[in-house]
Amino acid sequence: MAIAQPALPKAKVAPWNDPIIRGWFFQIVVIGAVTALTWYLVSNTIENLERQRIATGFAYLGRESGFEIGDTMIPYSPADTYARALFVGILNTLRVSVLGIVLATILGTLIGVGRLSPNWLLNKLCECYVELFRNVPLLLWLFLIYKVISEAFPGPRQAIAALWDTVFLSNRGLYLPVPFAHDVHGWMGVALLVGIAATWAIRRWAKARQAATGQPFPTIKAGLGAIIGLPLLVWLISGAPLDFSVPHLKGFNFEGGTVIQPEFTALLVGLTLYTSAFIAEIVRSGILALHKGQSEAAYSLGLTRGQATRLVLLPQALRVIVPPMTSQYLNITKNSSLAIAIGYPDLVAAVNVTINQTGQAVENVLIIMAAYLTVSLSISLFMNWYNRRIALKER
Amino acid sequence: MAALNGTSTVIQLDQVNKWYGQFHVLTDINLQVKQGEKIVICGPSGSGKSTLIRCINRLEEHQAGSIVVSVDGKSIELSNDVKNVEAIRKEVGMVFQSFNLFPHLTILDNLTLAPIWVKKMPKKEAEEIAMSLLHRVRIPEQANKYPGQLSGGQQQRVAIARALCMRPQIMLFDEPTSALDPEMVKEVLDVMIELAREGMTMLVVTHEMGFARSVADRVIFMDRGEIVEEGPPKEFFANPRNERTRTFLSQILHH
Amino acid sequence: MSQATEAGPATPRPAALPPVVDAGALGWIRKNLFSSWGNAITTVLLIAFIVWLGSFLLNWAVLKATFSAESGKECVGTGGACWAIIGAKLRYIFFGSFPYDQHWRPLFAIVTMLGMLVLSCDRRMWNAGRLAIIWGIGTVITFMLMFGQIHIPVTLVSAIIFVASLAATLFRRTVADNTERTVYTAVTVLSGIYLILRVLGVLPSYSVPIVLFSYVETGSWGGLAVTMILATYGLAFAFPYGILLALGRRSNLPLIRGLCIGFIELIRGVPLISLLIMASVMLPLFLPSGTSIDKFLRAQVAVILFAGAYIAEIVRGGLQALPKGQFEAADAMGLNYVQRTTLIVLPQALRVVIPPLINTFIGFFKDTSLVLIIGIFDFLKTASQALVDPLWTGFPGEIYLFAAAVYFCFCFSMSRYSKYLEHELNKGTRR
Repeated sequence: MAIAQPALPKAKVAPWNDPIIRGWFFQIVVIGAVTALTWYLVSNTIENLERQRIATGFAYLGRESGFEIGDTMIPYSPADTYARALFVGILNTLRVSVLGIVLATILGTLIGVGRLSPNWLLNKLCECYVELFRNVPLLLWLFLIYKVISEAFPGPRQAIAALWDTVFLSNRGLYLPVPFAHDVHGWMGVALLVGIAATWAIRRWAKARQAATGQPFPTIKAGLGAIIGLPLLVWLISGAPLDFSVPHLKGFNFEGGTVIQPEFTALLVGLTLYTSAFIAEIVRSGILALHKGQSEAAYSLGLTRGQATRLVLLPQALRVIVPPMTSQYLNITKNSSLAIAIGYPDLVAAVNVTINQTGQAVENVLIIMAAYLTVSLSISLFMNWYNRRIALKER
Repeated sequence: MAALNGTSTVIQLDQVNKWYGQFHVLTDINLQVKQGEKIVICGPSGSGKSTLIRCINRLEEHQAGSIVVSVDGKSIELSNDVKNVEAIRKEVGMVFQSFNLFPHLTILDNLTLAPIWVKKMPKKEAEEIAMSLLHRVRIPEQANKYPGQLSGGQQQRVAIARALCMRPQIMLFDEPTSALDPEMVKEVLDVMIELAREGMTMLVVTHEMGFARSVADRVIFMDRGEIVEEGPPKEFFANPRNERTRTFLSQILHH
Repeated sequence: MSQATEAGPATPRPAALPPVVDAGALGWIRKNLFSSWGNAITTVLLIAFIVWLGSFLLNWAVLKATFSAESGKECVGTGGACWAIIGAKLRYIFFGSFPYDQHWRPLFAIVTMLGMLVLSCDRRMWNAGRLAIIWGIGTVITFMLMFGQIHIPVTLVSAIIFVASLAATLFRRTVADNTERTVYTAVTVLSGIYLILRVLGVLPSYSVPIVLFSYVETGSWGGLAVTMILATYGLAFAFPYGILLALGRRSNLPLIRGLCIGFIELIRGVPLISLLIMASVMLPLFLPSGTSIDKFLRAQVAVILFAGAYIAEIVRGGLQALPKGQFEAADAMGLNYVQRTTLIVLPQALRVVIPPLINTFIGFFKDTSLVLIIGIFDFLKTASQALVDPLWTGFPGEIYLFAAAVYFCFCFSMSRYSKYLEHELNKGTRR
């Protein structure tokens, strides 16, 4: 329908009485003021940098960093560049954030469900947990946990041993055995990916079959079988190599195996405990938001408890839960920057050292902001997309 | 109705058109409202009747045609000029379906707000006017309560008084009784009938056909954005000429 | 009552009592703790856990604990808590390195700020005039106590007077009578003339000193007062600017909206630490060379920038919750944008968002602890610093639990107040 929409014949309007012109005038004034302020700040900054003879630009990223990083996921030495040091920091941030998100979600869901338990004791205990962790700063929890680990736990020589002297707990961290690197690990990874792909295919096939014939298919069991079974099969076929590097005391510290450092542990435990208290409240309110009539209607249609939960209740609860949960996930990512206070080498810590060594504050602060903004914006874009998908269609 | 022939035109709509995106909500609307005339606009939902009266005080913008409001011998055309919009809004009162009273202000403050801030009236004078209007709508005792403490019918009467407080020349009613419980409809209609007797120019969007029969000078039937039929209520209800009007009337008159 | 025809004259039935097992303490225990097998097992396990934890805590914190000691050595080996460290370090934890004989000053500043906050919680105080008086007096007393002396620059005061009287001239124009209007105009013109002369350099810079106590610079401030000032004034300054951001984000002017969205999302997307680092290393670069900016003030600026973006999002929630009809009714009455916003929109929107605002304030109160990373001695920092004393080293648990208890008292009472208020406002006057 391409109906021409003739414009309203322009009556004579004094420009200062036309809302559109007024709007543009106001906008230009504000933008002008902001630009002027920015220009003032930038020109001051340039002048100050010149006066203090601080270099500008990102050339420093290619230079040798010269500082140690205690806990790295990829090989790194002080001889590597600043860029690599910052990358190590980013990986550390991501590692602690992802693990924190997973653990906090699990713990938070359990506590949130516990808050709704008919058992009065469990209910109150969960409430105490939530109030205790919510109302004290995260940084304080981090200090407390870190100090308790590093001061109350014994040194390596008196380490607490467990599981037939393969696992050791000391104030230097938790030492665990790891399997020696073996070619089969790569193939197990491939098998895992194949298993995931197969699960996805099975799901599609099962949905199509159910739509066509009405026959349901145990997708979850089959999928779990594929995801766990395939790598296991590959491992067995290759002769089930089972050589572990076991940590053992040598001199004043352990050798072999792998170590979970106390800084990382403290940060992860702190983030998990603190955030799970908030997640528990979100889960609880999501469940409470469900209308009682919904479950009654589902049961009256003859759906089983499991079906009612999966098909009717969970989708509705998720709609309430997902948006605030997103901001908690973002909070974990941002709060992982508190690492700097207990010495875990995350991005902010790496940047801080870099600022102190190079003096190039502006570039480094920009790097931090860009990194976090990328993570935040991509998570919120994804969540917005997800939200739109599950949102209720209303008039 | 003949008595109105001599009086002046207060609202003049010429070829008014409006679109929501590609959807044509108002098509070539021509309408003349005389001083003191009471017009009832009816039609099925989505027919554009609310949009039409909301265009008159620029709550909605029309895209083609002209709307001219004339008061005290001055003609003001609705355009992009904010001064004109302000001038028209001072002379045109509006009553909404959902009352839209301000819940954070007392009844009295709701009434005096616009006289004080728009008409720059001293507070004492505004309060006097407000109280006399509350007497007219028969709820002076509620003056210091908040809207939430009143029943729907009382709230709508307050909303009418609030609009009257600006001493408007023209009153627009957008389905004033649709959100009310049946037993409260009458108290609001009574106030509106009284207002009509005093000679106020009124445009009323409503489904209350009894009100249209007893008060209106003219009934307008709209469908799909067009004025399908108009005429004095007697004729309109006795022998509607258009098929669409007949269908509509049979639907709302005989359940 | 369509089916009530069969009923004869109503005979009063004796009031039915619940089955005995559900009533009384026994019934309660049965219903809430042992309603099913699973429930009973949970209860038993939990009781075992609580007894275990409780006996451990009782042993550690009370029975084996040391409550007074000359130094930490006396606590070693007791197997219990060393609460003596709290007693020994109490004043340092609360007041930091504020001159020892002047500790009463931050103490009274804390009391003043507490009083200010408590008074602001009373709904009878919720109007602009009363709040302005409470906060004005409270602020002067707080900073007078903390600094010991204040130098009030006349130029700044006259600038404030100029802006205030200009605003009054504009906003009261419609309601003020002639005398009032003349006064506003006169004050505006006089302060304007003074400002122009001052800018042109005709008049010298002058400030009125009020000297009551010895001067204490911000570098020596520490402890709870610092935490409270950062949180309270962070919120107080962030509030108006957060409202402006929220209005900007809801505006239909595309450039303004874009600017506000960009700013809000930028601040909310990065951690507070990065803002603090920025404030501490970049703010000095932003200013003309030669000007230095106090470290404490830098942290405060970062907190304000941070808080504003979060407040803006909360206020936006309140604006969105407002029914469209309210805007239309205001328009139909002929109110302009400023009148509509200040008389109709904000009073309603802000009322809705008070409970979430308090929750945000709790968040800021906790988050101010991050300033210790850029070297400000807030409450958490002074607590940590107390551990550095070689006489008392080795008792982090005791110190941090004590600090946690203090934070908990503040945050928990605020969250209870917010819950209560939410309940009250919902009950409120509307149906």
